[in-house]
Amino acid sequence: MSTVNPVKSEGPTPREITTEPRFSDRIFRGIVSSGGMISLLVLGLISLFLFYNGLNVFRSEGLSFVTSFEWIAESIENGTEASYGIGAMLYGTLVIGFIGLFFGFPLAVGAALFLSYYAPEWLKKPMVLVVDVMAAIPSIVFGLWGFYVLMPHAEEWAKLINKYFGFIPIFSMPGDFYSRSPFIAGLVLAVMIIPIITSISREVFAQTPLDRIQAAYALGATRWSMIRSVVIPYGKGGVIGGAMLGLGRAIGETVAVYTVLNLVYDIRPEVLLSAGGSVASLIVNKFGEATEPELKALMAAGFVLFMVTLAVNFVANAIINKTVRQG
Amino acid sequence: MSTVTENKPQGSNDPNQMMVPRPLKPWKATPKQLLPDVFGAIGTVIASLILVLVSPLAGILGFILTFIVLSLFIAASISWIRKDRKAAANSVSTIIIYFLAAFVLLPVASIVFEIIRKGAPGLSIGMFFDDMSVTASDAPLSEGGLLHALVGSLYVVALATIVSIPIGLLTALYLTEVKGKASGTVRFFVQAMSGVPSIVAGLFIYAVWMISLGGSYNTAAGSLALAILMIPTVARTAEEVLKLIPTDLREAGLALGATQWKTVALVVIPAARSGLITAVILGTARVAGETAPLLLTVGGNDAMNWNPFSGNNSALPFYVWKNFGLGTETGAERAWTGIFVLMVVVMIFFTIARVLGNKKG
Repeated sequence: MSTVNPVKSEGPTPREITTEPRFSDRIFRGIVSSGGMISLLVLGLISLFLFYNGLNVFRSEGLSFVTSFEWIAESIENGTEASYGIGAMLYGTLVIGFIGLFFGFPLAVGAALFLSYYAPEWLKKPMVLVVDVMAAIPSIVFGLWGFYVLMPHAEEWAKLINKYFGFIPIFSMPGDFYSRSPFIAGLVLAVMIIPIITSISREVFAQTPLDRIQAAYALGATRWSMIRSVVIPYGKGGVIGGAMLGLGRAIGETVAVYTVLNLVYDIRPEVLLSAGGSVASLIVNKFGEATEPELKALMAAGFVLFMVTLAVNFVANAIINKTVRQG
Repeated sequence: MSTVTENKPQGSNDPNQMMVPRPLKPWKATPKQLLPDVFGAIGTVIASLILVLVSPLAGILGFILTFIVLSLFIAASISWIRKDRKAAANSVSTIIIYFLAAFVLLPVASIVFEIIRKGAPGLSIGMFFDDMSVTASDAPLSEGGLLHALVGSLYVVALATIVSIPIGLLTALYLTEVKGKASGTVRFFVQAMSGVPSIVAGLFIYAVWMISLGGSYNTAAGSLALAILMIPTVARTAEEVLKLIPTDLREAGLALGATQWKTVALVVIPAARSGLITAVILGTARVAGETAPLLLTVGGNDAMNWNPFSGNNSALPFYVWKNFGLGTETGAERAWTGIFVLMVVVMIFFTIARVLGNKKG
């Protein structure tokens, strides 16, 4: 080629120097940016579609949708009028969520402290692996394990609690129905939320400044006084954020709760009694034989559930981001 | 101190033999110092056994409770007598944290044990080659199989992966490469998206696909619901991986005259390849066991359905759910066998992700 056209042999023409992104880059940036927006779009579409489908129910029920307890589908042969309220279910969701947190939170934070400050080197890796495996176990497995394995034991524990603490109203027992109670559902949820709280707490504890830890030791602190005076003050916010993430997961959990909880459309203060509620379980329970209007009411319930979990997650992530990810 | 005497003088060794001096740990307790702790532990076990035998407390639960209380009490008294109140607080908290960590391991051990104990007996080669279309639900486990569920699971997970890879990857690229004005918001919403309850994802797809578009149950609808749950996992893991790629590589690419798009495609992504594969497989492991969204979208089926875009289909979690719901003895056995197969599938994905993730270092 160079012999044919000697002018070209001097080399390629110099590249145009510019700070403007090239055409190919503009396309690239456009595609990537629009792809990045898809998650925003999906979240928006979820709330839009669920809200739109549930709109009629929100209109007809008004505020009583979240405050009343009854869930009655319209039935022509029985002559009943439809009345949809998820008050009891919302209350039940919070109850089992907090029972889960009550048992899961100390275990998870204890495990995180153990992994960060107590565990011998050889034990760390296998135990982190176990916690990761725990996070990968599907919820239906937790459900069946809770039903067949945990429940027989948990009923015995519930009876003991009732025997010794029965004078406290929430542990009292009007009948003899200990199975499928909010207590048992809470225990299953406790196991399920341990991995997320443990991993967030570990992330938080890893951020504790090493010089402060060593300063505490140099001043003669025992391991526990070091944790109390350095690790806990630094990590408090992040650990609370992790607990809220766990609560968010517990609120949205469906299958595991449904297998071990007896749904009752009423607010009962006794946590050991076989009567609880859960919005997510309500949806699974009623979905199969739902009529068209009832389906819309389920969409409305899904919208409320979505908003609650979204709010919990927003707050939790805001706390965690503030304490962990920006130092 | 025994640790000091063990450390041989270094000069006397053969110079060819590389001698690494053993690190000294003068603060480490000597066996003699540990003696009271050992006696305390043994004493606690014996004391709690005796207490459980003579008192109304009974069973393993009684033993564990007594053991915890006694060990706290004995540890506190030993440290208090030998040192002071602070040492007592330290040993009590140490024991509490050890117990808490042990109790975290307990349910996992129980779950794995029960899955093997209840799931393994029902396994047979035949079940991987047969479906439930001509088998009664109360027939013994030697009849029928779960091939239809396995294939259904494979379909939903594969389709969900195909949908979420581009979206998750683009999101991660947007957060690390483009770093647009909205990246803070996008990161925040991706975090929030990983908290979307699985049932809500199912309801959403039902509202779009069945109500608004008038479609019917099929595998593709289920995979879209799973994709919603999978995208945040893929995006967040991929973002972490891309963040680890040194900026030098990007700058080198740009300095050689490559456009940003070429730098990303030919330098950054190849450098992060194994990490990105890990991200995808982690996402797959997360959704392979999802049940709730499938209950609302795939419809369930007892026969094989090779067409993912039309007709009802089953999936492993759905198979477990259905057989559990029968409430019969054989139903429960089938459910546990299904769980065994499901866990094996999930663990295979999990292990691959682990191995790839560790190789990158």
